[in-house]
Amino acid sequence: MNPYITNTEFEVQQMLDTIGVKSIDELFADIKPQHHPRSFNLPLGMSEYEVLRRLTGLSLRNNVYLTPFIGGGYYDHYVPSAVGMLIGRGEFYTAYTPYQPECAQGTLQALFEFQSHMCALTGMEVSNASLYDGGTALYEAMMMAIRITGKDKIVMDGGVSPIYRKIIKTYTHHLHYQFEEIPVVHGQSSRPEVNKHLDKNTAAVILQNPNFFGAMDDFTDIIEKAHAVGALAIVSVYPISLGVLKTPADMGADIVTGEGQSLGLPLNFGGPYLGFMCAKKQYVRKMPGRIVGQTKDAQGRRCFVNTLQAREQHIRREKATSNICTNVSLCALQATIFLSLIGKGGLKEMAQLNLDKAEYAKQCLAKVKGVEVKRSSPTFNEFTLHLPKDASEVVERMIEKGFAAGFPLGRYYKGMEKYLLVAVTEKRTKEEIDRYVGALQEVLA
Amino acid sequence: MQLIFERSVQGRRGFRFGDSDVPTKAQVPLKYARQEDAPLPEVSELDAVRHYTHLSQLNFSIDTHFYPLGSCTMKYNPKFTESIARLAGFADLHPLLPQLAGGEKLTQGALEVLYELEQWMCEMTGFKAFTLQPLAGAHGELTGLMLMAAYHKTKGNTKKRYVIIPDSAHGTNPASAAIAGYQTVAIPSNKNGGMDLEALKAAVNDEVAGLMMTIPSTYGVFESNIEEIARLIHSVDGIMYYDGANLNAMLGRCRPGDLGFDVMHINTHKTFTTPHGGGGPGAGPVGVNAKLEKFLPISRVIKRSGGTFTLNYDYPDSIGYVASFYGNFALLVRAYAYMLMLGQEGLIETSHHAVLNANYLMTKLKKHYKLCFDRLCMHESVFSASRQAARGVHAIDIAKFLIDQQIHPPTVYFPISVSEAMMIEPTETESKQTMDHFVEKMIEADELSKTNPSIFKEFPKTMPISRPDEVKAARDVKISYFLPDAD
Repeated sequence: MNPYITNTEFEVQQMLDTIGVKSIDELFADIKPQHHPRSFNLPLGMSEYEVLRRLTGLSLRNNVYLTPFIGGGYYDHYVPSAVGMLIGRGEFYTAYTPYQPECAQGTLQALFEFQSHMCALTGMEVSNASLYDGGTALYEAMMMAIRITGKDKIVMDGGVSPIYRKIIKTYTHHLHYQFEEIPVVHGQSSRPEVNKHLDKNTAAVILQNPNFFGAMDDFTDIIEKAHAVGALAIVSVYPISLGVLKTPADMGADIVTGEGQSLGLPLNFGGPYLGFMCAKKQYVRKMPGRIVGQTKDAQGRRCFVNTLQAREQHIRREKATSNICTNVSLCALQATIFLSLIGKGGLKEMAQLNLDKAEYAKQCLAKVKGVEVKRSSPTFNEFTLHLPKDASEVVERMIEKGFAAGFPLGRYYKGMEKYLLVAVTEKRTKEEIDRYVGALQEVLA
Repeated sequence: MQLIFERSVQGRRGFRFGDSDVPTKAQVPLKYARQEDAPLPEVSELDAVRHYTHLSQLNFSIDTHFYPLGSCTMKYNPKFTESIARLAGFADLHPLLPQLAGGEKLTQGALEVLYELEQWMCEMTGFKAFTLQPLAGAHGELTGLMLMAAYHKTKGNTKKRYVIIPDSAHGTNPASAAIAGYQTVAIPSNKNGGMDLEALKAAVNDEVAGLMMTIPSTYGVFESNIEEIARLIHSVDGIMYYDGANLNAMLGRCRPGDLGFDVMHINTHKTFTTPHGGGGPGAGPVGVNAKLEKFLPISRVIKRSGGTFTLNYDYPDSIGYVASFYGNFALLVRAYAYMLMLGQEGLIETSHHAVLNANYLMTKLKKHYKLCFDRLCMHESVFSASRQAARGVHAIDIAKFLIDQQIHPPTVYFPISVSEAMMIEPTETESKQTMDHFVEKMIEADELSKTNPSIFKEFPKTMPISRPDEVKAARDVKISYFLPDAD
């Protein structure tokens, strides 16, 4: 018998007697022979040990030993051990969505702390309790702006992740919204072009900091222009960079989203990740997703509940602000514990380490013959190289030398086949960076 | 309990990064620089460990409590799948690697997991192809509806405006349909808990894009008129959508693909017991028949004739990316491990025992509570606390009584079509003793509702908090530590 079924044959018989049927088959009498499966041809079960052996074998067929200089929005940051240990507590990870607050204060308070952490990072007033990932969070922000403004035109900066832009296209291609994608110039938002497209029909301008090419920006001027025509400003951010970079709140952003993978989540071959969304308080009732609020119980004790639920699908059905139900609570908890551990000083220190190491790598790479570091504006921990040959060929050769050398921009941008996006996190050592530079030299020689 | 921010002591550290080993010290130009440090807490590692350990202890969970939350399928989450998800070869794998030239050979193990999982899901459900990209059940619904929209667009079905949904459906169904650009039409249920066929016939016309159905329904009832329903919908070229929320009752007993459905999603945390995490992450794979296959999201995992695996993006009719990568891999690999261990027999047994346990609980309870549909059920049953409510004790009061008995309450007030609903799903992993204990406590609640109904308003009494003031929460909107307190 399946090892997770508790009842013995004797107990099963007792239960059948209580129900008043002779067999389990009788319980399925509503499913008539014509409904039976035409096939259900699956392998036999295995022991726990056999499954472990098989999947450990498959895991070893993945190469996680290349030294990573690849990012693209998903980074190899260090995760303190305490994070994994704490989210491994069954009381957290085997609980459901906190529908009964009296027996779910652990999850609820943790999500309240998560919301507070995200407000601390971004400088915004309010946050929800998470969305699926950075890409879907940006889509939700766009829909929120359309709801708030009642307008249907979106101005999308070309510095926004091309992966996010693809997701948004999928979700909206059957709907009637007008999109203006503004190509970057020298790796940076083109002010004249963005401003030209902002008009009274614009629901939102969508920006990203640092942008996909790694460049940092201050969008205050664009956001002022957007506000002047009645549009909202949405900024997607990389949370670690906010240890040193200007907050989107200081730029005047209305809605802020981002990918929280960098906050203590493993890369996990693409998920689960952590979408987050913050906003100005005036828009809180238009936000999608769960929100946890502080309140009091009958004895006046502080406690936490899911709140503003009149926005949500289980109450509002087709009139809800989003269809989201399950989000990524456990990932939000991971980020909460991560941020609590590294704390105020640690975040700044971590961001500075990323900045310093990337800057060092840039300086070294600039000296490699044929390599040009694109330097239109300062970068955080990722930057763009122009190579003398096809970047994807170079990356392939670098794999042989033990490096995941970066992400070739030709994958998403026509005409950028010779450009390589390189990420350097706090985990990279000087020795690894020096070896990387040496390997690239050899490959280009 | 204190908030982590309230434990903060200036200068305290919970983690130390090493010193920089590069000679470079970079400075962010002032115009781009943060003005004030982010006001994160300053605590030691021990402070944080105690804080979050204590927080965890405020939760009920499957590992600690019986959790018969109807429709949510809170079955035991095997521990070995946790170990598998944390293997470095999976956890540390960068999702962009297979998109590099020569990179797919670095991720053959992960691609094989995805490919094999799709094959298992196809065989279990009777569909031709699966995408593993959707990141939760509701995300799967939206993906399925976008496939529906793509189908109609390609066929030139320009009139399609409505999606039909039974009144017993989860709220995500109408919400997903609305986001996909459709209006919804609700169909009532008949006295047996099935769909009212006459109401359906009246609603079907050539503006109907499709129908979304959960089988067994949230009433725990198998829809015996499914062939007729499928025939009606297909007669106007509509798409039949199967909401896989309750697939856990059906394994080996019937397959949605054989019943006339065109598309479905699976909630991996329900049928394949990936942990729910207190509200996610989930995973919502979507299966389709041949009619919809060409519209599936990209990328798709392909097995080459030589036995190697690759990602293919070349599907001109695809709806595109629905997620950044290949789905919530760490959840998908847990589901795959669970399937491998159970195999054909074990998977069938999960449904058998889920249905057995649900019927056992239902039989024992129905003498004391009003059963909505007095017939055999599938994996769950719906009661109404209407008799108790007549004495002043509502479903929510019984829920709070159960919390004091260290039992997580059933789902209450859902389905919304039943007044005072209590939806009970024990799952296959619970023992007869646990269910007997639950029934005893439910009987105790019923007795108490006769002798001392007013006492229920005080429950729960034994928890760290009593009932929260939800109106205050919605009025004050204190949703961050940094917002001012209302009082």
